[in-house]
Amino acid sequence: MIIKFKLNGEEREENVEEDERALDFLRRIGMKSVKEGCGEGECGACTIIVNGKNVVSCLMLAPELDGTDVLTTEGLGKDKLDPVQEAFAEIGAVQCGFCTPGMEMSTKALLMKNPHPSEEDIKKGLEGNLCRCTGYFRIIEAVKKAAGKV
Amino acid sequence: MKVENATMNVIGKKIKRVDAIEKVKGINKFVADYEFKNMLYGAIVFSKHARALVKKIDTSKAKELKGVKAVLTYSDIPGENQLGEVVEDMPCLVPVGKEAKYYGDVVAVAAAESQKIANAAAGLVEVEYEELPAVLSIEESLKNEIKVHESGNILTSKKIRKGKTEEGFASADLVIEDDFFADYQEHAYLETQGIFAVPDSTGMTIYGSMQCPYYVQNAVSRVLGIPQNNVKIVQADTGGAFGGKEDVPSYVAAQCALLAYHTKRPVLLSYSREVDIQFTSKRHPIKSHYKVGFKKDGKIVAIEVNAHMDMGAYATLSPIVMYRSLVHAAGAYDVPNVKVDIDGVYTNKVPCGAFRGFGSPQVLFAIESIMDEAALKLKIDPVEIRLKNALRVGSHTSTDHLLTESVGSVSTIMNAVKISDYENLKRSVHDFNSKNRFKKRGIGVSHIIYGVALGAAGQALDAAGALVQVHRDGSVTVHVGNTEMGQGMKTVLAMIASETLGQNIDMIKVENADTSYVQDSGPTVASRATLFSGNAVKEACEKIKERMISTFSKIKNVEKEEVVISSGVVRGGKEEMNFGDLANICYSSNVELIANGWFKSPKLNWDPKTGLGEAYLTYSYATQIVVVEVDMLTGKSNVIDVFTSHDVGRVLNPVGLTGQVEGGFVQGMGYAIYEEIKMKDGRILTDNFNTYIIPTINDIPQNIKIDFVEDEFSEGPFGAKGIGEPSLMPAPAAIANGISNAIGRRVKKIPATQEYVLDLIEKGEDKS
Repeated sequence: MIIKFKLNGEEREENVEEDERALDFLRRIGMKSVKEGCGEGECGACTIIVNGKNVVSCLMLAPELDGTDVLTTEGLGKDKLDPVQEAFAEIGAVQCGFCTPGMEMSTKALLMKNPHPSEEDIKKGLEGNLCRCTGYFRIIEAVKKAAGKV
Repeated sequence: MKVENATMNVIGKKIKRVDAIEKVKGINKFVADYEFKNMLYGAIVFSKHARALVKKIDTSKAKELKGVKAVLTYSDIPGENQLGEVVEDMPCLVPVGKEAKYYGDVVAVAAAESQKIANAAAGLVEVEYEELPAVLSIEESLKNEIKVHESGNILTSKKIRKGKTEEGFASADLVIEDDFFADYQEHAYLETQGIFAVPDSTGMTIYGSMQCPYYVQNAVSRVLGIPQNNVKIVQADTGGAFGGKEDVPSYVAAQCALLAYHTKRPVLLSYSREVDIQFTSKRHPIKSHYKVGFKKDGKIVAIEVNAHMDMGAYATLSPIVMYRSLVHAAGAYDVPNVKVDIDGVYTNKVPCGAFRGFGSPQVLFAIESIMDEAALKLKIDPVEIRLKNALRVGSHTSTDHLLTESVGSVSTIMNAVKISDYENLKRSVHDFNSKNRFKKRGIGVSHIIYGVALGAAGQALDAAGALVQVHRDGSVTVHVGNTEMGQGMKTVLAMIASETLGQNIDMIKVENADTSYVQDSGPTVASRATLFSGNAVKEACEKIKERMISTFSKIKNVEKEEVVISSGVVRGGKEEMNFGDLANICYSSNVELIANGWFKSPKLNWDPKTGLGEAYLTYSYATQIVVVEVDMLTGKSNVIDVFTSHDVGRVLNPVGLTGQVEGGFVQGMGYAIYEEIKMKDGRILTDNFNTYIIPTINDIPQNIKIDFVEDEFSEGPFGAKGIGEPSLMPAPAAIANGISNAIGRRVKKIPATQEYVLDLIEKGEDKS
């Protein structure tokens, strides 16, 4: 089936399978920042923003994207780095980088809704994203640094 | 000891990761992000029994499925069907007539036009098994009634015999004897195992997520029966590894390469999380019996350890993991009489292998628990008892290795006390406990030693190379044989190259490992990349710098000794020029600006018969103090504060170093209290993140304070040792001690899960 949706600011019309996961579809059309870590919505590596909300794309079907506004890490900071990306790079919130795009998506969604989150808000906002490298300390710092700039 | 006092431009400075920008943009390529024309997708078929005879494999239905391009079994292997880095006891694919030895043993592989079809094909492979009784515990294995392998269930035993423990115990005022158990841990790297095999006219290029490209090269070459120069391994960006991608990628690559070999098409074999957890290695469960004798003043007079490690169905890396367990079993202390015996036993369970700490966190948990228990019984502070026994320059380790330099042990203890404001911390915990009935806090201390790099048992692999090239414009390419897997190796090597060459760091690019550029540099494990690849890069850069200085000196007519290159500028006498301009002049003068570096471990003398001698090149040390809060009604533990001091020789990259310590702590905390592999009949039930629980952002301590001791190591690049593994190692012991202290009962098993702790609170012996 054909779906129409907005991807990183551009109107798109794409052919999708009815049982295709949004994760596989987005990767198929080149959005490789969307990572698969567990396939069951536990790790958050495939997080994207749909209509302003962070969702895990492995638990969503591609047809559900019809009519939505989708943001992936490819759409963050096209010309210059987004403040979220800049903060993650500056603070050392990145190690292996596999969780990073999903982590940034959850951060972006949080900061769009709540520009000045408390530490508790940050933890709540990022609790669906696992990271095995950093121990999260620097990620929290990065979110604080990006706060107010999104 | 300060080895080099020169002012550094890059070393020790806060530098942004060299690969940070591509990673925050999400444009760097992990293996599953590669695409090749005509590519296929792979899937594996694994045994669903703990132990079973493979009687028949029927692939016909699977082959009939539309889109399936190959379904392969052992008979399709053109080369050898035996794998294993240390002992070749593992088949690539289990043959008919042989036993599948664990739930996860691979019997067939399939490739198809899509992942969905490949998975369906794997499901259609019909395997006839005859189920056999299985060995599912260390105890059953030791009975030796059922043999996992014909050769017997104990693969290998190692020992240390230092002094006379009987005499030591006879002189002791207190002897503590106890049993400890440290269970599995899953690596849970966020990126699962994955390999892309791309065939060409003579052989194959393998792209993949890995720590050890040369292991992979060896395995693929053997399984395909083609020479190593026709098997090129290129590391893809690797999404975490922690030891889990030491040997396992060799097996994944062998499976994938077979599919590419037979289909003559590129094949991606990317494991699902469930397959990854079922099939791939874990941290070894270790059961240990400890007997430790103390004098009244807390001085240790003798240690006896008897330990068994559950290797699972195949040896993989177990014999060398055991070596580290052996050397670390008696802890970080100066003890005159030491007797350690450790056996590696086969069971019909998942093969265990490398995991950050490599067999040491399990035994350090045991010895550190006993140190706290002794402190309690002797009424000595836990910090004092460790200080009393700590290693110093002039001390001998448990293997009788005389320590001559870079022993930051005591400094880490003193600094942990300082940054934790220890006396006040004890008071605040006491106050908290007097005010709260159902929540109790405890302080946990641990002090550890870490043998850097592969040690005497791994000397044959302990060397590393580098190939550095300065281009005409002064930009620099660095090739090494070790891998970046998130730990920050590329950044620290770029810093070393920048400092040594005098070129700015943004002009230096460290490439992913490629076996066609650099000679086998050993595995990227054992916290050895900074030390080994770092020294190799430094040597290569020094050679090139010498040639550039010589050229400058000739053309500008200044003495070589006067020429200084730093921050991208060459100066000598009154002359000055950009690094890039000098490189260009060198090119025009036919000066070679490419050079190799090679660093090998000095010869270590260690006797396997007694376990005595120079076990490792050098050692690093750490001391950790934590505050743990336990809910006495539910048994749930939370780590509140962490104070951790690490002797790293020299801080090269402070941001990366801090990141390692933070991440290592949280991974160690996961092992201490959250992460539990549950099995039924040899099958892992906890095979995804909904059941195998790793720490989330909500679980981390409120406060972590990190200190670094710089007691330089003369053989290290700029004095550095290594941090990857010691970042995790003190945590399980410290947290277990914190829980014990909070609840007044001794934790003797990790992970000390909520259920275990609650059980201890309700039934455990009272220690108060």
